[in-house]
Amino acid sequence: MEHLQVFMDTVVSRQDLLIERTIQHLYLSFIAILIAVGISLPLGIYISRNRKVAEFYIGITAVLQTIPSLALFGFLVPVLGIGSITALVALIIYALLPILRNTYTGITGVDEGIIEAGEGMGMTQRQILWKIQLPLSLPFMMAGVRTATVLTVGVATLATFVGAGGLGDVIWRGLQSWNNSLVLAGAIPVALLALLFDSLLKFVEKKVTPKGIKY
Amino acid sequence: MLITFDHVTKQFEDGTIAVDDVSFSVAKGKLVTLIGPSGCGKTTTMKMINKLISLSSGSITIDGTDISEQDPVELRRNIGYVIQRIGLLPHMTIEENVALVPKLKGWKKEDYQKEVDDLLDLVGLEPSTYKKRYPLELSGGQQQRIGVIRALAGKPPIILMDEPFSALDPISREQLQDELKLLQKNIQKTIVFVTHDMDEALKISDEVIVMKDGCVQQIATPDTLIHQPSNAFVRSFIGEDRVKQAIETTSKRQASSVMLPLTAEVLQESTPRLPDSSPLQEVAKMMLTSKANKIILMAADGEATGWIAKDQLLKELAGIDMEVI
Repeated sequence: MEHLQVFMDTVVSRQDLLIERTIQHLYLSFIAILIAVGISLPLGIYISRNRKVAEFYIGITAVLQTIPSLALFGFLVPVLGIGSITALVALIIYALLPILRNTYTGITGVDEGIIEAGEGMGMTQRQILWKIQLPLSLPFMMAGVRTATVLTVGVATLATFVGAGGLGDVIWRGLQSWNNSLVLAGAIPVALLALLFDSLLKFVEKKVTPKGIKY
Repeated sequence: MLITFDHVTKQFEDGTIAVDDVSFSVAKGKLVTLIGPSGCGKTTTMKMINKLISLSSGSITIDGTDISEQDPVELRRNIGYVIQRIGLLPHMTIEENVALVPKLKGWKKEDYQKEVDDLLDLVGLEPSTYKKRYPLELSGGQQQRIGVIRALAGKPPIILMDEPFSALDPISREQLQDELKLLQKNIQKTIVFVTHDMDEALKISDEVIVMKDGCVQQIATPDTLIHQPSNAFVRSFIGEDRVKQAIETTSKRQASSVMLPLTAEVLQESTPRLPDSSPLQEVAKMMLTSKANKIILMAADGEATGWIAKDQLLKELAGIDMEVI
């Protein structure tokens, strides 16, 4: 009980900081995901139609994914300096692979028979993409976005090391001052945000899954 | 719609010649089957009609127009297409699936909705029950019925069918073959049908094109095919049993099964007589030996029961189904 009391006191006394950093955290994650989606979805569609280059692009994002997150932030500082731009670039790089790969798998996984029927009926390539491939692969794409989002919300705690703020600030301050309550006050919102986004996107995923498809 | 293949050859990029100098034509309103073992080029031949596969040399014309001059998308909207894997769009309702081509063609809503209802009725699926369902809620046989009517929607004069029934269970397959035959009688489309199943080909076709290694082996009606296979390959592909059986069954049929009712006129002539239980073979022999054009048939007690004309006997033996004037 005593610990809980201390924790609650910390939250109350630091609420301004917590709110500000949560908003920062949300902002970083949200913008990063948005841009990552903006890059990966079109790229995924492109490589699904030019399969010879698919391995190449997926390979690049996979290699980027293997760089330890802390190291990636470190690499970027000499190039981009410190600040939210550096944090965003790192977060975007991390979010690319899940979205790209799921988009590619989703589109290329559409039953060949359906595509052939579409072609045979006189649908143009554009119509096949919009009326067949995209609706049928939407659940896959959304699953990719979901994975990327949860990942990004977690990794965004590292933004503090490049001076971009976020809830990582709170955690780091707590760690430096041996204040476990403060660490928790930073870490719990991160977990909650990840869960919130995950369930929100799960809901969207269900909504966009076309009726008539049972996976 | 008359489809004509003129010395058509298809060589794939890797050098294999899938279709080798093939020429044939499909008359308007006929159901023609392309049959042969796998790899014989039958599917390739069919897919060249709607330009899903391009041809290497030669030409294909539809009603005199060379298809190479036509836009593939436009061409395909006027050629129905049914495939083995059915290929219904799972995220669209039955109604949306069937209405796809009419919509692509820019039909009005009332028009394509009526078309959907009519077509569902045509294959015995109650429109109000099935329209709003999704493909995966239907059985395989029902799904392929939708596949067939989707190809009919938009009223294309030509339908291509690529082994449409081979993935179905035997009962559904038989049913759909019967339905297709009936349908063809009523709607008179020009249908090119690919199959590897000889029973199916013989059952539904007006004409059968037997292929092997990219070359046409024989083009004939089902009956001619069984009675006069052009070479050893065709004979073995039809199956020795079927060939023998076909000849035996027709020539051994009882004369009474094909006889016509007696008329006073026939009875007046001095016509040779045979028991009505004689096989058609006997009737033919009698006609040849007596040089008669008619034979009167009689029951065991000697009373005349009917007669057979030479024309009619020829038709029966050759299995030709046409009106003789």
